[in-house]
Amino acid sequence: MNIIDELEKEYLKPKLPEFNVGDTVKVHLKITEGDKERLQVFSGQVIARKGRGINSSMTVRKISYGEGVERVFLLNSPKIAKIEIAKKEAARRAKLYYTRKGVARRAL
Amino acid sequence: MKIYKMGILGKKLGMTQVFTDDGKAVPVTVVQSGPCTVVQIKGDTSGDYSAIQLGFDDPREKSLSKSIKGHFAKAKTASFKILREIRLPSEETKGFSVGQVITADIFTENDFVDVSGVSKGKGFAGVIKRHHFHGFDAGHGTHECFRHGGSVGQHTFPGRIFRGMKMSGHMGNAQRTVQNLKVVRVIKDKNLLLIRGAVPGPTGAYLVVKKAIKKKPRPAAKKGGA
Repeated sequence: MNIIDELEKEYLKPKLPEFNVGDTVKVHLKITEGDKERLQVFSGQVIARKGRGINSSMTVRKISYGEGVERVFLLNSPKIAKIEIAKKEAARRAKLYYTRKGVARRAL
Repeated sequence: MKIYKMGILGKKLGMTQVFTDDGKAVPVTVVQSGPCTVVQIKGDTSGDYSAIQLGFDDPREKSLSKSIKGHFAKAKTASFKILREIRLPSEETKGFSVGQVITADIFTENDFVDVSGVSKGKGFAGVIKRHHFHGFDAGHGTHECFRHGGSVGQHTFPGRIFRGMKMSGHMGNAQRTVQNLKVVRVIKDKNLLLIRGAVPGPTGAYLVVKKAIKKKPRPAAKKGGA
């Protein structure tokens, strides 16, 4: 696996911010429109972290106009310009999938 | 008419994913491709076909027989673990010489390749795994036959089972070729090919990577296109 590890290293970001499940983050995304590039911010709560190394990803959930929206990001993707930690929060679980249910009930 | 394309021997090192310049994650298989040495050139004179014979990977000394040692001694090359012939038109074989080293740089990015190898053995497999049959309902009164194939024929006429009927049996561990895989990256100094998608066999399997017989590389896409 050594060669593959070395290869993956080229694509890994030198430093990822430290954050945990439960934290609220602001993900700055590079969006290309034609030949122009701009940044878009997706902010929400991290409800899951998965994978390791080049495969590592997180699921961010936010409530947009009363509707729950989730996006999965590959942490080492070059499309992510920056991950900002807006709020630290201790979660009692590794995956906060239960938050989906709570919102649905509130909506009813 | 058969088309013969240049190829190289390789070893599957495993899979991972990489990011392209525009930020897309691409699943790739890493293949150690070469260095291969030309051990023999078969022209039309030495048989009824023309090919080049390539050697790849270091062998265990004790596993080499005298006859194969003699073969390498005749070619004045080092010994190799794997010998495979790449069939080529006779006019193309003239471009090679015995002892010549072939490396991964016969391919470039965005080339399409066909990858052959021996697929993973699955043993005696049922029809669901082997032929993608659907099986039967888990409920609604299904009794015992959840993963069976169902009927295989008709009645007194034709009174036999048609040839080639899909049934359970041995699956895998057979030579397979995956066509039209894209070369995502070539790492020349390490002789590595990053090929998009999966290739036959387990990690460590020996492969033959050839230029695709069907698909041709597209000219580089315009940058900044919608």
